[in-house]
Formats: sequence, structure tokens, C-alpha cells
Amino acid sequence: MNREESSATGWEAYSDRVAELESVYTRSTKRKTLFVIIVLILLMISVAVSLCVGAVDISLTDTLKVLGHAILPGLIDGPEKFWYSNIILNDRLSRVVLCILAGFSLAIAGSVMQNILRNPLVSPFTLGVSSAASFGAALGIIFGAGITGSVMILGHEFFVKNLLLVLLAFLAALGSIAFVIILSRRRDISKSTIILTGVIVSYLFQAGVSLCKYFSDDQALREITMWLLGGMWNACWGVDFLLIPIVLAGVIVLELFSTRINVLSAGDDVASNLGINVPKLRSTSLILCTLVTSVCIAFTGIIGFVGLIAPHVCRMFIGNDSRYLFPASGLLGALILLVSDTVARMIIRPEELPVGIIMYLLGGIFFIWLVSNRKKEVRF
Amino acid sequence: MEKGEIVCVLGPNGSGKSTLIKTVCDILKPISGEISVNGLKVGDIGAKEFSKLVGYVPQNYSTSDYMKVFDAVLLGRAPYMSWSYSREDFRMAAKSIHDMGIFDLIDRNVNDLSGGQMQKVTLARAMTQNPEFFVLDEPTSALDLRNQIDTLTAIRNVVRQQNAGALVALHDLNLAIQFCDRVILIKDGRVYRDGRPLDVIDEESIFQVYGVYSEILEGREGRFVHICERAPQ
Repeated sequence: MNREESSATGWEAYSDRVAELESVYTRSTKRKTLFVIIVLILLMISVAVSLCVGAVDISLTDTLKVLGHAILPGLIDGPEKFWYSNIILNDRLSRVVLCILAGFSLAIAGSVMQNILRNPLVSPFTLGVSSAASFGAALGIIFGAGITGSVMILGHEFFVKNLLLVLLAFLAALGSIAFVIILSRRRDISKSTIILTGVIVSYLFQAGVSLCKYFSDDQALREITMWLLGGMWNACWGVDFLLIPIVLAGVIVLELFSTRINVLSAGDDVASNLGINVPKLRSTSLILCTLVTSVCIAFTGIIGFVGLIAPHVCRMFIGNDSRYLFPASGLLGALILLVSDTVARMIIRPEELPVGIIMYLLGGIFFIWLVSNRKKEVRF
Repeated sequence: MEKGEIVCVLGPNGSGKSTLIKTVCDILKPISGEISVNGLKVGDIGAKEFSKLVGYVPQNYSTSDYMKVFDAVLLGRAPYMSWSYSREDFRMAAKSIHDMGIFDLIDRNVNDLSGGQMQKVTLARAMTQNPEFFVLDEPTSALDLRNQIDTLTAIRNVVRQQNAGALVALHDLNLAIQFCDRVILIKDGRVYRDGRPLDVIDEESIFQVYGVYSEILEGREGRFVHICERAPQ
């Protein structure tokens, strides 16, 4: 008889307690799942709206016909106005996909970083990842200016310039996160020092970006400035197909880490005692966060805020269980970015505003409202 | 250290109690010597297997915002679970929560708890881990008198019922006499005395280790330590 079996003798006395605990846990799990489903439904509605509206408004019926015809060309007829297909499939859908990928990546990276370092102020922006990726991308814009070639990957054409941009953004972001990883391994360094280091590293890379801008020609300067504003101007299927496997792989591995990341909430020493290799888990998770955020930022430019706010809003509703928090944050991040981008496209159409302006305004007002109206706990 | 006994580590601040506790738990590596559990050298035991052998309760508990008590206690099943909790996980957690007398708190947020309640949650988490040995670093330091007695009674019950062992760092000499089977008195990072509580704790050892005068008095339920401002006449 092992210890668990031997301690199982006399379980009858606890059967009511076990049933009560299971009931409380199941109720909590259902609430978390419901929240994820609600955000998913809102995201799907936003996708539909985003595909319909723009410089040319297209009805929902025609939009569905375009999508249906693209998936099942033999069964569903396309819309009467054939050019709708080009607008929806090539312009809007690729942009929607980029919004979802970027929002999902930034928000999930924010929630992972916050739980890994047990600090609510952490995000890809505050740890210097965004600024470092900006510096890498600025270098990519300057040095890639003369490169015009393209390569075929998985049947899609990719400009070498874009690949260089992604690579340099990732390498620079990796450099910034290396500081954080090295510091987080030291027992004598406090969590606030790690955040402060992230902020300082962020300033260092911002100085690098300013230097790049100062020495770049007019064309590169314009590209860098637009890039720093943040937006979905670079959206195309080539970019989406490059990002999808990277983001998907990173997000799946992070979700698989979620049960172990949960244990970190008890503190590093207890987590270590509970069988977790804390330094390895922290380093691997931070590198994965850097990967998924930097490759997205390379094409969207600086998009702060979503990585900070989405996890906080989700925590208010479903608590801090990483198994649910990560997908919920990712979906909410995608929703926030997609809604902001759609509004940014609508306000002065056919022109568009940088998505960051709308996101900071809408998200900031919403968050202040949520915090000021929050009672003890958000229930729904 | 044998199963079924509570061993207490006593000593002044900075004497090395927490260092010893963390070394036993494989959180710090020993500079010299070695620690073995059930005949196995600590460094040679896999992390998951070790977590089923030794359960650690730190001096300062740590939690995250928006975490419920039942979630905090279920963390103790980390070495046993894969993705979701099994019936056995719920059994162990329910028993621990019940034994610590905090079942009415299970749906509360951990940040809303008092220090005493939080300490009980931390202990319940360690009990849910179901280790063969508990290692507790000053588990009563943040508690009032009632909660100190309740906590040490709960530890004693678990040790007796589950035939586990417990290594506890304490500051209160009388609690050590009342609840522990063996006392290790530490001075300047070295074992000063080791033995049964009343063999170890006497006026001479208290003066040598803490630098304070005391007298051992006979009460109705046994002997106890009385700390004096000056040398007793």
C-alpha cells in the first residue's frame, strides 16, 4: 500500500468536503470557460464587422458569399460584384489576420511575462522587448533599403527585406530579454530591479532608434517614423503566412507551460520544491514571448498597451489561473487590436489613423471605467 | 530525523536556521557535507520525486492577485498532476483544507485573508503535497497565540496520522518544549546542542545561545521557560 492509498483510509469522513471542493472548482472552471467563449464570440463578430466596413461598405451577405465561395467554390456562388472578392480576401482578411496574430501574441506574452516575473507592470513594452525590436527593425529598414530580391517559402513569395527585418527585430529583442533573464537568475536581485532594468534597456534601444533616424535618408526616415507609429499597413498574405507558424508554435508551447507557470505564484523557492526548474522555465518562457512579439512587431510597428491591459482585464474576470488566463488574454488582445484598427480605418476614411491612437483612447477609457466601477470582484 | 517525530531548530536571528532549512529542501546547495533522505543523496533524487518526499513551507508566503484559496491549496498537487486535477488531487486538498480548519474560506481571494489565515493556506498546500517529511521555516512567526497553537497542533496531527516527519524552525522556546520531540539548538551556524527538548533547553544553553537570563519553572502541565531581565537569585 503506497502513502496515498494509506492516507486514503477514512476518506468517508471527508466525502462531503471532497464533493464541495470539486463543486466549487467546477463552478470556477465553467465561469472561466464561459469568459473565453464570450471573448471568442465577440472576436468573431468583430472579424465580420471589420470585413464589411472600410472605404467601400460591403453587406454581410456579400461578405459571407465571398468567404463561402473561397472555401467551397463548387457549392457557393460568389457575390455579383466580383471585385468584392479582391477587397475582402486580399485587403481586409489579411489585415484582420495580422491584427489577430499581433494582438494575440502581445497579450499572451504580457500575461506570461507578468506571471513569470510575478509583477503586474510587466509587458513586452516595459521589459524593453518592443523598443529593442524597434531598433532591429530600424536597422532592417536602413540596411534592407537596397535589397529587392524575394524567396519562395511554403509556396509564398517573401521579400528578403522583410525577412531581414524580422530577423534583426528578433535578435535585438533577444538581446534585451537576455538582460532580464540573467538578472532574474540572481537571487539577490529584486523583481523591481528587473523591471527597472527593462525600462533602462528600453531607453538604450530608443536612443539607438533615434540614431538610426538621424543618419537615415528621407525614404528610410519616413518608413521608420510610420513604423514607430504602429499600424497594419504592411498586412498581406505573405506576412500572415510567415507569422502564423511562428506565433502558433510559440503560443502552444506557452500554453503547455501554463500549469508550471501557475506554481511560480507560490514563490521561486516553493516552486522549486514542487519540482519546477524555475530558471529554465523562466528563460524558455521569456525567449518564446520575445519570439512571438518581436516577429509581429517587426511588421506592425510599436503597439504597446495591449500586452499590459488585456491580461489585467482578464484577471479581473477569471482570476490568475494561467491555463485560462493565457488564451483569454490572447483573444481579448486580438479583439482590442481588431476593434481599434477597424475604428482607425473608419474615422477619416478612405484615409486611416495609426491604430495606437485609437487603442490608447478606447482601451484607456474602458480600463479606467472598469477599475472605477469594480466592486470586490467582477462576476458575470 | 525519524518519521513520526517533530524536530525543532532553535537559534537566534542570523544563526543559520533558514539556511539549514533551504539546504535540506535542495533550494541552496551545501558547501560541504551531504544531506540524504531515505538513504538517497538529495542531489541525486529527481525534482518531482524529491517534491513527493519533502514539502517546504517558507517563512514568507507568496501569492498572486486574484487567486482563490482552493487554487492556492491545489498548487500542492503540482508534482502529481499533468493538465487537470484528478479525484485524488481533490481528496488530498479537501482533507488538508478541512484539517487546517479553513474550509469556509475556499472561495475567498487569498489577498483578502489575514496573516494567520494565509499561513494556514500555505500549510494546507504543503499537506496537499503529501510529502514524507515537512520542512517548515518559522510557520508561527506571523501568528497570534491562538493561531500558533492551532498551527502546531495541526502539524503534530499530520505528523502522527500520516507517519510523516517534520523539521520546524521556531523562535518560541515554550512552543518547542510543548510540541517538539527533539530540539537542535544552533549557535553561529553550528549545532550547539541536540536532544530531547528539556535536555537541550536549560538556563545555561539559553544564556550561551541568546545571551539572556532565564529560569525553568514547573507548571501544572510540565516545565516552561521564564525569561528574566537579570540573573535569577
